[in-house]
Amino acid sequence: MRNIYLRLFYTFFKIGAFTFGGGWAMISLIQKEVVDKHRWVTKEDFVDMLAVAQSLPGILAVNFSVAIGDRLRGFKGSLVAALGTILPSFIIILAIAIFLTPDTIKNNETLNSIFKGIRPAVVALIIAPVLSTAKTAKINAKTVVIPIAVALLIFSGIPYISNPIVYIILGGLGGYIYYTWRLGKDAQGIKKKN
Amino acid sequence: MNIYIKLILTYLKLGLFGFGGGYAMLSLIQQEVVQRHGWITLSEFTDIVAISQMTPGPIGINSATYIGYTITGGNVLGAAAATAAVVIPPYILMLYASHFVRRHQESPIIKGVFMGLRPVVVGLIASAALLLMNKENFGSETVECVKSILICVVTFFFAHFTKVHPILLIIVAGLAGYFIF
Repeated sequence: MRNIYLRLFYTFFKIGAFTFGGGWAMISLIQKEVVDKHRWVTKEDFVDMLAVAQSLPGILAVNFSVAIGDRLRGFKGSLVAALGTILPSFIIILAIAIFLTPDTIKNNETLNSIFKGIRPAVVALIIAPVLSTAKTAKINAKTVVIPIAVALLIFSGIPYISNPIVYIILGGLGGYIYYTWRLGKDAQGIKKKN
Repeated sequence: MNIYIKLILTYLKLGLFGFGGGYAMLSLIQQEVVQRHGWITLSEFTDIVAISQMTPGPIGINSATYIGYTITGGNVLGAAAATAAVVIPPYILMLYASHFVRRHQESPIIKGVFMGLRPVVVGLIASAALLLMNKENFGSETVECVKSILICVVTFFFAHFTKVHPILLIIVAGLAGYFIF
């Protein structure tokens, strides 16, 4: 496929069609396709785009496809990528709504046992990018407490404390304060030397 | 008010205030479509969640498509309207945010913000993994649980240490499930 729009659409259609268990499970697939296979963005950009997609409201997978499509081919690219992500689930759900009742799906034994196999695999596909993004984000012995604390606090289920937005705001603000403080310290260091 | 207008307004709101993706959005969707509007019953909502887990794609899209279709009396336009409504507000925000970030890439503010956000993103993914390690995904009986953990460990091994495509891993896990459960 030479045409970049077709390739974008096909790639995100594939990602949309094979993601079970919501947006987080998509990360492994998106990383494989967008970073490893097509090399549309670098590992570092991938983590930063994930940060933006996660910080905004809406559906993570759609947000992410918009970012990638826009990076490659502007508005048209984002449209094609977003449609690719949305269409598989739109078509499948519509087909189920039109032709089947929820019970026929829910009580189908074959489907049930297939999904008993897929669900724990999806969890594994979410654990894997924890390690790869940690490496890209250059997490070291000192900074490792941040992701661990964030994960446990969100997991805790305590009202307010378990809300992810809290950590996005704290992380952004903390990073900004630390960065300017370090810039200031570096500038002082240079002055002293002179 | 016309049902289409109500539907579109509700899903615009869900798109705009649904933070945290997927399952975090579920309770918000439930509040709107079950409690507030009474478009579907709680058990129908549970059905939609169950179907969403067995069909690909983001749960936000799945629920918009299904509810949009059902509450307009089986109209594809209803499904399209709700799906478009949930996607469009974050779409516009995302475009603006990407452009803003790229334009100010070199500014100390953006650099600092991203420096702080990166470890948080790692934590967010880890929290998603932790939250999914539950009875629904791993089963409640011992034998079922052991088999599930085995699938999880093997999949993780291939995902982390080899270059096998995740789609292939999902297909193999589904086949394994068919034979061992």
